[in-house]
Amino acid sequence: MNPNLNLWLIPVLPLAGAAINGFLGKKSSRQGVTAVALLFSGAAFAMALWVAARFSSLSLPYHEFVAHWIRSGSFSADFAFYLDQLSLVMLLVVTGVGFLIHIYSVGYIWDDPSYYRFFSYLNLFMFFMLTLVLAGNYLLMFIGWEGVGLASYLLIGFWFTKDSAASAGKKAFIVNRIGDFGFLIALFLLIKHFGSLDFLAVFHQVDSFRAAGNEGLLTAIAILLMVGAAGKSAQIPLYVWLPDAMEGPTPVSALMHAATMVTAGVYMVSRSHVIFESSPTALMVVAIIGTLTAFFAATIGIAQTDIKKVLAYSTISQLGYMFMACGVGAFSAGIFHLMTHAFFKGLLFLGAGSVIHAVGGEQDMRKLGGLRSYIPWTFLTMSIATLAIAGVPPLAGFFSKDEILWKAFSSEHGSWVYWLIGVVTAFITSFYMFRLWFMTFFGDYRGAQADSHGHGSHGQDSHEHGGPHESPAVMLVPLAILAVLSIVGGWVGIGNRFESFLAPVFGLPLPAQSAAESGGHMELYLTLISVAAALLGFYFAYLLYHKRQDLPQKIADALGGFYEAVVHKYYIDELYAALFVKPLIDGSTRILWQDVDRKIIDAAVNDAGDGAWRVSDEVRHMQSGNIRSYAGWIAAGSAVVIAFMIWMGMGTQ
Amino acid sequence: MVPSYVPLWYYLLLSGFLFACGVAGFLIKRNIITIFMSIELMLNGVNLSFVAFAAHWHALSGQVFVFFVMVVAAAEATVGLAIIIAVYRTRETLNVDQVNLLKL
Repeated sequence: MNPNLNLWLIPVLPLAGAAINGFLGKKSSRQGVTAVALLFSGAAFAMALWVAARFSSLSLPYHEFVAHWIRSGSFSADFAFYLDQLSLVMLLVVTGVGFLIHIYSVGYIWDDPSYYRFFSYLNLFMFFMLTLVLAGNYLLMFIGWEGVGLASYLLIGFWFTKDSAASAGKKAFIVNRIGDFGFLIALFLLIKHFGSLDFLAVFHQVDSFRAAGNEGLLTAIAILLMVGAAGKSAQIPLYVWLPDAMEGPTPVSALMHAATMVTAGVYMVSRSHVIFESSPTALMVVAIIGTLTAFFAATIGIAQTDIKKVLAYSTISQLGYMFMACGVGAFSAGIFHLMTHAFFKGLLFLGAGSVIHAVGGEQDMRKLGGLRSYIPWTFLTMSIATLAIAGVPPLAGFFSKDEILWKAFSSEHGSWVYWLIGVVTAFITSFYMFRLWFMTFFGDYRGAQADSHGHGSHGQDSHEHGGPHESPAVMLVPLAILAVLSIVGGWVGIGNRFESFLAPVFGLPLPAQSAAESGGHMELYLTLISVAAALLGFYFAYLLYHKRQDLPQKIADALGGFYEAVVHKYYIDELYAALFVKPLIDGSTRILWQDVDRKIIDAAVNDAGDGAWRVSDEVRHMQSGNIRSYAGWIAAGSAVVIAFMIWMGMGTQ
Repeated sequence: MVPSYVPLWYYLLLSGFLFACGVAGFLIKRNIITIFMSIELMLNGVNLSFVAFAAHWHALSGQVFVFFVMVVAAAEATVGLAIIIAVYRTRETLNVDQVNLLKL
C-alpha cells in the first residue's frame, strides 16, 4: 500500500500563489509579490523533489483519488491524480524549469507596472500545467490543457495595449481551439466506446478492443488526439500561432512556448502511447507530421532576423523531432528530447531575453552584434545552449537528438527517410543557431545608433541606457543553472538508462533496439554523420556570417523568389488568411451578419413590432369616445355570445 | 278551462320586450339621463324574468337575486347621477356625443 503523497498539493500551491498575487498583488509591494510568487512555485518544486526522493519506495503507478467530480450512469470522472515515471519526469521539468524562470522573471519584468499581474498569470500557468501532467484521466488533463491555453493567451497578450500582442494572443487561442476540437472529439469517442476516460481503464481495454476488429476506430481516436497535440505543440498545420506568440514577455516564451506548455502535446501522445501503438497508421501520421514540421520550420528559421522568431521556429522544429520519435514508437526518446530541450531551449530564450534586456529592447539581430564582450555571462551560457541544440557532444542535445535519429532509423516503425530528413534538419538547426550566435555576439555592435529611438519599442525596458550592459545576478543565476543542465542533462541517457527508467511506462525496448548491439557499428556511423552535420552547420554559419559577410546577400539574391518565400515563412500565414480567415470573415459579414442577422432575425423582430403597431393603429379607432358606439359593440358582442351559446345548447340535444 | 295562473312565457315575453326597449333606448338616445333610464329598464326587464322563473320552479334564489339587483341598481343610480351632475357642471351639456374626451 502506498503512503498518501498528497499530490494534489503540487498544482494547488501555485494556484494559491496566483490567487494571492492576483487579488492582493496590486496593493502590495514588488518584494511582497516576488516573495509570494517564488515561495509558492518553489514549494511546488520542493514537493516534486520530495516525491522524486520517495519515488523508489512507491509501487507504481501511484493513484490518488481526491474527490468525486462527474458521476453519470456508468460513466465517472474524478479529481484523481496519477504518477508514474513519465509524470515524474514531466513534473520535475515543469516545476524545476518553471521555478528557475520565475526567478529570472523577477529581474526581467521588475520595471513593468503590471508586475503582480505577470506573476499571478505565471503561477496560474504552473497550476494548469501541473494539473495536466498529474491528471489521472483525460478529462482532468483536458482541464489543464485548456487552462495552459488560457494562461498562454493571457501572457502572450500581457502587453495588451500593443495591438500586435493582443492579436497574437487571440491567434494562439483560436488556433488552439481547432486542435482542442480534435482532442475533444477523441474524448467523446473514448467515452462512447470505452465508457471511461481514466487512463488505466482505457488502456486496459485497448488490446481487446483492437482484437475485436476496431482498429479503424483506434486510428481515428489516435489521429484526433494528434490533432489536439498538433495544436498545442505547434505542428503542421497548426504551428502558425507559435512564432506570433513571441509577442509575449521573453520569460513567457521560455517557459511556455519553449520548455513546458508546447511539449504538452508530446506528453499527451506519449501518455496515450497504448492507443497509438495499436494503430500503425496513426503512428505513421505522427511521424510524418513530426518529420515534416522539423524540416519545414528549420528552413524558415534560417532567414528570420528577429532573435526570438529564430528561436520560435527552432522550437517548432525541435517539437517536430519529438513527434518524429513518438511516431516511430520511440516514446522515451521523445520524452528524453523533451527534457533536454526544456533545458537548452529555456536557456536560449532566457539568454535571448538577457540580450534584449542588455540592448534595451532590440530584437533584430541585424542591429545586434559584438555583444560578446559586453555581456560575457550571457554569451557563455548562450554558447553552451547553442552547442547543445546543435548536437555537439557531449552536451545534452547531442544525446537526445541522436537517440531520436537512431530510433527513426532502426525502429520497426522507422525508416531511413525519417533519418535522412532528420540529419538534414540537424544540419540546418546547427546552421541557423550558429548564425544567430555569430550575428548576436560577434562582429561589431550595430545597434548604437538605434539605441536612442528604438528604445522601449518592445516594451521591456524603459530605464536609461548607456551601452549594452550585463543583466543582474537574479537573471544570470538561472542562466547558469540551466547551462549546467544543458551540459549534463543528456548524460542520463548514456547506456539507455533513461529509456530503462521509462520502460515500465512504455514497455521494454523493442527487439530491433536490443539488436542494436549487432548494429553497434551502424549506430556509431550514424552518430558520426549527425555530428558531422552539426559541425558542417557551424562551418557554414562561420563562413557566411563571420568570415565573408557579403556572401549571405549574394546567395539571397541568387535564390531570388525562393529566398523571398522563406523570409515570408512560405506565405503560410497569407495562405491561411486567404483560405480560412478571409472566407470566414466574409461569410460572417455577408451571410451571417448582412443576410441572416439583419435580413432575417432583425427583420423578423422589426416586422413583428411594426405589425403590432399597424394593427393597433387600426383597432384604436374603435375607441371613438362615443358612448353609444361602445354600447353598440357591447350589444353586438353579447348578441354573438348568446347566439353561440344557443347554438351550442342546440348541439347537445 | 281558464288556467289558474299566467303562463311563464307571458312573463318572458314582457321581460324580453322591456329589455329590448332598454337596449334600443340606450343605443338611440343622446341624452345621458334617458340612457340612464334605459339601463334601469333593462335591469327591470331582467328582474322580471328572475321572479318569473323563481315562481315557475318554486325556487327562492331567483327572488333573492332580484333584491340584490335592486340594491345594486339603487347604488348605481346614486353614483351615476352624481357623475351626471359633475359632467353637466364641467361641460354644460348632457349630450353624450359631446362627452368624448377619452377617444384617441
